[in-house]
Amino acid sequence: MITLNVNGKPRNLDIPDDMPLLWTLRDVLAMTGTKFGCGMGLCGACTIHIDGQPTRSCITPVSAAVGKPITTIEAIGSTPAGKRIQAAWLALDVPQCGYCQSGQIMSASALLTANAKPSDADIDGAMAGNICRCGTYPRIRAAIKNAAGDKKV
Amino acid sequence: MATRELASSSRRSFLTATAAIGGGLLLGFGLPARGEVRDTLTTDAPFTPNAFLRIDRSGKVTFVSPMIEMGQGTYTSLPMLIAEELEVDIDKIAIEHSPADDKLYVNPAIGVQMTGASKSIRGFYGPLRQAGAAARVMLVTAAAQRWKVDPSTCRAENGVVMHARTGRKLGYGALVDGAAKLPVPEKVVLKEPAQFKLIGTPHHRLDCAGKVDGSAKFGIDTRLPGMKFAVLAQSPTFGGKLIAVDEAKAKAVPGVSQVVRLDGAVAVVASHTFAAKQGLAAANPQWDAGPNAKVSMTDIVGQLARASERPGAVARHEGDAAAVIAGAARKVEAVYEQPFLAHATMEPMNCTVHLTKESCDIWVGTQIPGMTQGAVMKLTGLAREQVRIHNHLLGGGFGRRLEYDGTLRAVQIAQQVSGPVQVIWTREEDIQHDLYRPHYYDRIGAGLDAQGKPVGWSHRIAGASIIARYYSPAALKNGVDRDAVEASANQPYDVGAIHVDYVRQDPPAGIHTTWWRGVGATRGTFVVESFIDELAVSAKRDSLAYRVALLDKQPRAKNVLQIAAERSGWGKALPAGQGRGIALCIGFGSFIAQVVEVSVDKDGAVNPTHVWCVVDCGIQVNPDTIRAQMESGIVFGLSAALYGEITIKDGRVEQTNFNDYRVLRIHEAPRIDVALVKNLEEPGGIGEPGTSCVMPALTNAVFAATGKRIRKLPVADQVRQTA
Repeated sequence: MITLNVNGKPRNLDIPDDMPLLWTLRDVLAMTGTKFGCGMGLCGACTIHIDGQPTRSCITPVSAAVGKPITTIEAIGSTPAGKRIQAAWLALDVPQCGYCQSGQIMSASALLTANAKPSDADIDGAMAGNICRCGTYPRIRAAIKNAAGDKKV
Repeated sequence: MATRELASSSRRSFLTATAAIGGGLLLGFGLPARGEVRDTLTTDAPFTPNAFLRIDRSGKVTFVSPMIEMGQGTYTSLPMLIAEELEVDIDKIAIEHSPADDKLYVNPAIGVQMTGASKSIRGFYGPLRQAGAAARVMLVTAAAQRWKVDPSTCRAENGVVMHARTGRKLGYGALVDGAAKLPVPEKVVLKEPAQFKLIGTPHHRLDCAGKVDGSAKFGIDTRLPGMKFAVLAQSPTFGGKLIAVDEAKAKAVPGVSQVVRLDGAVAVVASHTFAAKQGLAAANPQWDAGPNAKVSMTDIVGQLARASERPGAVARHEGDAAAVIAGAARKVEAVYEQPFLAHATMEPMNCTVHLTKESCDIWVGTQIPGMTQGAVMKLTGLAREQVRIHNHLLGGGFGRRLEYDGTLRAVQIAQQVSGPVQVIWTREEDIQHDLYRPHYYDRIGAGLDAQGKPVGWSHRIAGASIIARYYSPAALKNGVDRDAVEASANQPYDVGAIHVDYVRQDPPAGIHTTWWRGVGATRGTFVVESFIDELAVSAKRDSLAYRVALLDKQPRAKNVLQIAAERSGWGKALPAGQGRGIALCIGFGSFIAQVVEVSVDKDGAVNPTHVWCVVDCGIQVNPDTIRAQMESGIVFGLSAALYGEITIKDGRVEQTNFNDYRVLRIHEAPRIDVALVKNLEEPGGIGEPGTSCVMPALTNAVFAATGKRIRKLPVADQVRQTA
């Protein structure tokens, strides 16, 4: 039995230690906001926060998160940065198909928490691991700046 | 995308209204109301609609969308059409996915219930405004009858009917019972564009709230009581067979319940995806490689090259191009090649099925619900009403979800599983078992006069016929696949004598090709726009001026080119290693010009830094959606042009995941400047042409920067090799 702290709630789960958090969240806890994209940490669709750090849940076993707070897209809106990022995403109509956006928002929220005024290079560095096939990159860049208080975007 | 035009009664769009169960107004096009209960996304509705529009006694408007949202913004632009004429607050409209029905939800511009071909607005611009207007007229009439006044003295605004003289008001909710009893007006007067309040004004997307908090539901997010998870492996070689699988080892993995053997595939069923994946690895399936065991790109490209030496089916023939070219002052000839491409939608292929003796429920995101239903009926022997397609938001379509292969696989698995099962394709499975954009091989030539003006043009296209496979060989006209010659046979330049023909050469059996964003227009535009650039170089003319001089009959095309040039600073000097390229795309009813600026570093790495895009798509419904689709199409096209390539070796695809099937990432994305041309021409499509235009604009820019002409996509490291 493993106990995880997901979005502030303790969850007792009868799962193997090496089960990736992605499938634990999606298949066991039915929290489907975190997305499967590649299974190899290449696309970022599965990004969650463990202890505030953006983490690819598809390659992270549950054992690595025991005793640490896990935050998913379902709860990121209750963090100050997450709330601002979501608002900026809506203000600029960032999503298209939307499938990658959970991961984008988790990466962007972590960036904004660590860096209140990210530069273009900071954004590239933090977001290059998140693929979007709809090509929302220009709007993601603008929305992060908007969330950081840049009124020009 | 080329499509089938069916003479369907729905085209004539007679409106039907019925008093709905529990009251309310049901209004729609197509077949008369059948009164049958239909499955839709919301299960708490007191009734299920047979059309596009439902208004309940609270005044709540529900729009049942005939087209599915896959990112292109259709769940905003289609409700805008309804709301414009219905006079309701668009932000309060509820949207439901339509159930499978090729008649009720036919795209009139296509002939089936299909979201594709950049045809949602083109198909529904008229019908949805009529649906909204007819409903408004009925609601106004109901109010006028209640008040015993002339309907012409009443008007509707923001979900309320008002009688100006007496100041009386009634909300739509209070009028639906009366309106439902009225005949549907045969003719309704639609607004003139000058009266539009919504159409033409940017509106926020209506589908975003759930896309920023994780609550939006894609097919893969389906969760049902007792649902199992299955991971699929299909034969690594196309056309191979499963010969052995270690079922005992698979079942030894905790959580694994079953191994399902299929012809050419195996699936492991478990209580969660992780167990299923582990079970599949333990099962260690063994395959008979089958007839394609030795097939490689050399064979496939060799077949195409040989095919392109044969005369093809004639798609366009004006004058004697061969003779004119032979006698011309100068001749230019080239061969262009475009690779197989995967779709790589962010949501990997998946499908959830619950099959019983009496029914088959399918939860999937699809661009073709009706065709999928038909295919499942054929597979299962069930009747139409027993096969229910629960459509979902698509985590990317790009043509991949115009196919039902994944659904049929899932149903085959469900035939051996008790209870609901979700079948997931790993990313590797998704890349290696796609239906690919076909590899095309084009021979093109032109003769120029002494001034460098083209006097003859010859273009032969060799490649697979998607239309023949997707529809039927009978859909080819005199051997010509309209998709294959799109933007080639109808290329816009005045080039004198012209001959365009098509040689059908499908890849070896088992390797399937299909629609891919931009379809034939993307392939044709790449070749024509690259070759026009070559002619301009040969004629020592500026490539913008050269194009413009050949477009006297194409004022809209000329206009977008000139605006794009102006906005991009065309003609201004750039530092060494940088260059601008221009391209024109006429397709999907729209006119698009783009200028790409690239910088090429000393190692030959190509970096697109800026794209200027000018769009004339006629009447604009949601201008911000048009901008977003251009941004999207440009990034998608750049991914393909720079990196995209599926190659086959020993009968199997060599690429596996985003590490070796590279797509653009944020740090590689250029700045994109989109400008829209305003006019009142027929609305054109915007989902695809942005992709079609950017590929040649990029490679023309590479030429401007380096002198290297890219005749074979992707660019990859071709510049480096010659640097």
